[in-house]
Amino acid sequence: METLAMHISNGIINGPVAGVFAAVALAALTFCVLRGRRDLDDRLAPMAGLVAAFIFAVQMLNFPIFTAGVSGHLLGGALAALLVGPWVGALCVSVVLIVQALVFGDGGVAMLGLNITNMALLGTAAAYLLIAGLLRVLPRTPTGLAVTAFVSALVSVVVASQGFVVQYWLGGTTDLGGNLTGLAGTMAGVHLLIGIGEGLITATTVATVAKVRPDLVYALRALKPATAPAPVPAVGGAR
Amino acid sequence: MGAGHAHVLYRDTPSPVHRLAPEVKITAMVLFTIAVVATPREAFWAFGGYAVLVAVVAALARVGPRWLLLRATIEVPFVLFAVALPFLGAGARTEFVGLSLSVDGLHGAWNIVAKGTLGVLASLLLAATTTTRDLIVGLDRLRCPQIITQIATFMLRYLDVLVGEARRMRVARISRGDDPRFLWQLRGFAAGVGALFLRAFERGERVYLAMLSRGYTGRMPAVWQGSGAATAGQWVAAATVPLVAVTIAATAVVLT
Repeated sequence: METLAMHISNGIINGPVAGVFAAVALAALTFCVLRGRRDLDDRLAPMAGLVAAFIFAVQMLNFPIFTAGVSGHLLGGALAALLVGPWVGALCVSVVLIVQALVFGDGGVAMLGLNITNMALLGTAAAYLLIAGLLRVLPRTPTGLAVTAFVSALVSVVVASQGFVVQYWLGGTTDLGGNLTGLAGTMAGVHLLIGIGEGLITATTVATVAKVRPDLVYALRALKPATAPAPVPAVGGAR
Repeated sequence: MGAGHAHVLYRDTPSPVHRLAPEVKITAMVLFTIAVVATPREAFWAFGGYAVLVAVVAALARVGPRWLLLRATIEVPFVLFAVALPFLGAGARTEFVGLSLSVDGLHGAWNIVAKGTLGVLASLLLAATTTTRDLIVGLDRLRCPQIITQIATFMLRYLDVLVGEARRMRVARISRGDDPRFLWQLRGFAAGVGALFLRAFERGERVYLAMLSRGYTGRMPAVWQGSGAATAGQWVAAATVPLVAVTIAATAVVLT
């Protein structure tokens, strides 16, 4: 019944580095809140909630990395970026992380800045940059969208895992000596496998949504302004 | 769905800690965790002090040690990481039962286990004494931007929708002759994950529109009604926990 996922917990990275990343995360999230408010209309508000709930559920799927004792799991940054856009998407992943840290003890509260930087900011940013690029290059077909979803999800997971390696290099509480490249390699290798799983889930989900309700896919709306329906005025959206 | 959205970790037993306003508990818990993380790892006695503090709060909240320790097993993956550190770490090494262990690695492992466990226990205590609805009300009263509390509200609400839809789809598959066993369930699930998402969204959208038509403006009624907001007395009572923790941390920093 508990979530088995595990983010960076208290004591893995030292206090000053955690503090710096908390400040980085806070600044970036403030920016996301400002930009996200513009995006969040009556269609996006329930979608943002569902994307967050979906990511919450998906993050419970956990893959132990036996060699280093670290575990990895699905992130959902690419799914969020595709369906609700980069700003609200980053907020969705952050909300998942905040709730998990506060009530499930998953990831230390003092390490929230690090976790948010890796998974919500780095993951979503990498995914959205790829999405924006690939959708312009690939043909506008369901296959093109599925390939975009798969690749962006895969890359975003690996990028987020390398975020942890950089943070450990900056402020790991234990000096691993020359083993840091080993840590980077293990993290990248395992997250490549996780990324394939994440890519498949993201691609199937987005392909289905795009087939039935293309108006719900933010990435398609944002990059095709001519065919986008008029935005619904925000009645209950955030103010 | 249905009455209340209490989550699995919530313990519905009245206690002085349950009666505290959520914003007070969140603040105390976050400050406590920061104090623990800021403590130098060589100050072993300080962590004993924190453990006593957690035990006192748990007793006040009528949360048993068995319940707490069982749920703290969530930490296991990172404990495994900690176990690996004495072997991987660099620098001075010490001999223990014939094994060559890194001193720095041993300290690091202790650091992760002690700080991680205290953090998990603190958040479990918060979870055991606060419903998710109260948690969001608390975040809102702490001036958390409304877009974030709104996403959090819907996330917690839609988790139940997702679970419900997944159950209905499974029943539908079985009643049409599918006979899923063990890992083969995954195939049916994976093929239906897109459909599950869409069904949950359309259900959630109807819930959202129904809420809008009943006067939902993006905030929980309890927030703007202001009922149950923290009193000065509650702030003072709850401040004892982070104050004691900060005192311990400051003493530890001075001594080491």
